[in-house]
Amino acid sequence: MNNLEYIKERFSQLPTVNEQNGLGVIRQKAFDALNKMGIPTTRHEEWKYTRIGSFFNKEYKYHTAGTFSEADLAPVRLPAYEQANELFYINGHYSPELSVIRSKGLTVQSLQEASKNEYKDIVSKHLGHSSNYLKDGIIALSTAFVQDGVFVHIKKGQIIEHPIYIYNITDARQANVLAQPRTLVYVGENAQVKFVETFNTLGNQESFTNRVIEIVVEKDAITEYYKLQTDASHASQVATTHIQQIGKCVTHTVTVSLNEGLVRNNLNIVLDEEYCEAHLYGIYLQHGQSHIDNHTVVDHAKPHCESNELYKGMLDDQSTGVFNGKIFVRQDAQKTNAYQSNKNVLLSEGASVNTKPQLEIFADDVKCSHGCTIGRLDEESLFYLRSRGITEATAKSLLLHGFAVDILEQIKLAPIREYVDKLISERLEFDLA
Amino acid sequence: MLSIHNLHASIDEKRILKGINLEIKPGEVHAIMGPNGSGKSTLASVLAGREDYTVTDGSVTFNGKDLLELSPEERAGEGLFLAFQYPVEIPGLSTTNFIKTAVNEVRKYRGEEALDAVAFLKLMKEKMAMTNIDQTLLSRSLNEGFSGGEKKRNEVFQMAMLQPKLAILDETDSGLDIDAIRIVANGVNKLRSKDNAVLLVTHYQRLLDYIVPDVIHVLYNGQIVKSGPKELALELEERGYDFIKEQFKAEA
Repeated sequence: MNNLEYIKERFSQLPTVNEQNGLGVIRQKAFDALNKMGIPTTRHEEWKYTRIGSFFNKEYKYHTAGTFSEADLAPVRLPAYEQANELFYINGHYSPELSVIRSKGLTVQSLQEASKNEYKDIVSKHLGHSSNYLKDGIIALSTAFVQDGVFVHIKKGQIIEHPIYIYNITDARQANVLAQPRTLVYVGENAQVKFVETFNTLGNQESFTNRVIEIVVEKDAITEYYKLQTDASHASQVATTHIQQIGKCVTHTVTVSLNEGLVRNNLNIVLDEEYCEAHLYGIYLQHGQSHIDNHTVVDHAKPHCESNELYKGMLDDQSTGVFNGKIFVRQDAQKTNAYQSNKNVLLSEGASVNTKPQLEIFADDVKCSHGCTIGRLDEESLFYLRSRGITEATAKSLLLHGFAVDILEQIKLAPIREYVDKLISERLEFDLA
Repeated sequence: MLSIHNLHASIDEKRILKGINLEIKPGEVHAIMGPNGSGKSTLASVLAGREDYTVTDGSVTFNGKDLLELSPEERAGEGLFLAFQYPVEIPGLSTTNFIKTAVNEVRKYRGEEALDAVAFLKLMKEKMAMTNIDQTLLSRSLNEGFSGGEKKRNEVFQMAMLQPKLAILDETDSGLDIDAIRIVANGVNKLRSKDNAVLLVTHYQRLLDYIVPDVIHVLYNGQIVKSGPKELALELEERGYDFIKEQFKAEA
């Protein structure tokens, strides 16, 4: 039985529409959408350069439990975790036993529960908005199993000092694993919070992660979100981050992709109230046979909002990259400022990147700019460094590290910034001075 | 120290240098002057190892080594330094980190231990004072947003840090006002010694008021057509390059 058939069978075994809460309906709807649309192929415009069909022709275990000792988890823990809230997902399943909640005003519970208790209005109002922007079977697949998801609530006015680390771990020690961690985050009015999300596959079997996190941000709140992708070559993922800014607020996201396998990122930001601000940054270093696809959407739905987007990439060996950046400026959204830029350096003959800015502007009084570049390392810069006695290999590392610096600087959590700098430097075989 | 014999070089099939002969001994300062397009910067580039140029004939030895066989970084390791006419801006790399890497790579090439943080800082402080350069400039990304004068001062600072045996200054005076020229020249003069040599490439005589050369060579049409003492510069300043051109035509 292939993966998709297996998943559908798993779905049919679950109680669905009869559940006494809102999740049943949304799940059945998503399941119907999945059946109708199927897993996207490269004929799908949004999936033209990223092929995931083959992952669904294999056999995977879905949603099996994994057991980990403290020692198993030690290598995946992020720096300064002693000072962080830690949320663990094992094979897509939230693990309250492993997770550590340190901060007041931070509530984590299952979506199942939240859809019935005092949070049920928030859940029913905000769950599943990502599917308004992602019309494909992959997002539907996640939503069809949304009852396994987690609800994270940040209380109004609360400053969450300890960052929230989210570990997505797949246990591929025994079998191939499909994991679908799902999260709905609600950041209350005037609250502040920082998220760091990582992905790790333990074991040598294959893993496929279909991650969806939806973040709703209220008035005057500030949300930072850092996504670090360093998973192994036998691990692939589609990672969707959907941010809905429903009050005048600020969000700041940085996506770091040092994956060895295939990664497709969807980052949607909806500026749904006047005077919202969104900053989106990304850095990707690819080598070997790895593949990175960053699809971003910034939807300026209301006037006076500002968005700033900069993604930078370096591709070596036979690696491939995709950048697709959509900006919508709706008819209402006058006085919009929207900037987008994507810069790529190709380091080998075999590496390639497809980049496509896509602006759709329906308002007339706006400032928008976009640009993309694909180039090689600048020969003159290389010669300049070499003429000072620096070997060619070191000179290349210095230039590439320099290329990454303005994105690194956007990681405002110092221990995470230093950690990412170390990872990038290692990848570039660059000795941090 | 440097011995150039019958050097021919071209770029994209175009012949630029057509038989250069030049000897530079330790302690000497040579100036190469000449009209635009005569091949001055090409000569500097070929010596530093810029790969755009192809050497088609001739030889260059530097302290007994075949210079043309060496990579740009090896030439720097051997003690050759080129101050760029247009120093490159490198975003995201601070001048301090850059020069630290350069100093230690050169030391490594020479089989010396890397400088530790304390020793490096001491050396840097000393050379900063010598070349009149500010700490804030060095903390910034290499040459990024620097003024013309700041870039050239940074070149002289790098030269001071690397302590080359032969420094080639490629039109270091171009685009600088008189105060900036004075500062840059001052830095270069402080670095002169009986053991090292300087090759100045310049279009104008002005720089030579501040860095006084032992010999002046006039480069025209890819060859050194005239060599003489420092007074030659004054003659050139007065009469322009036309008399060289005419003389050259007459001889041809």
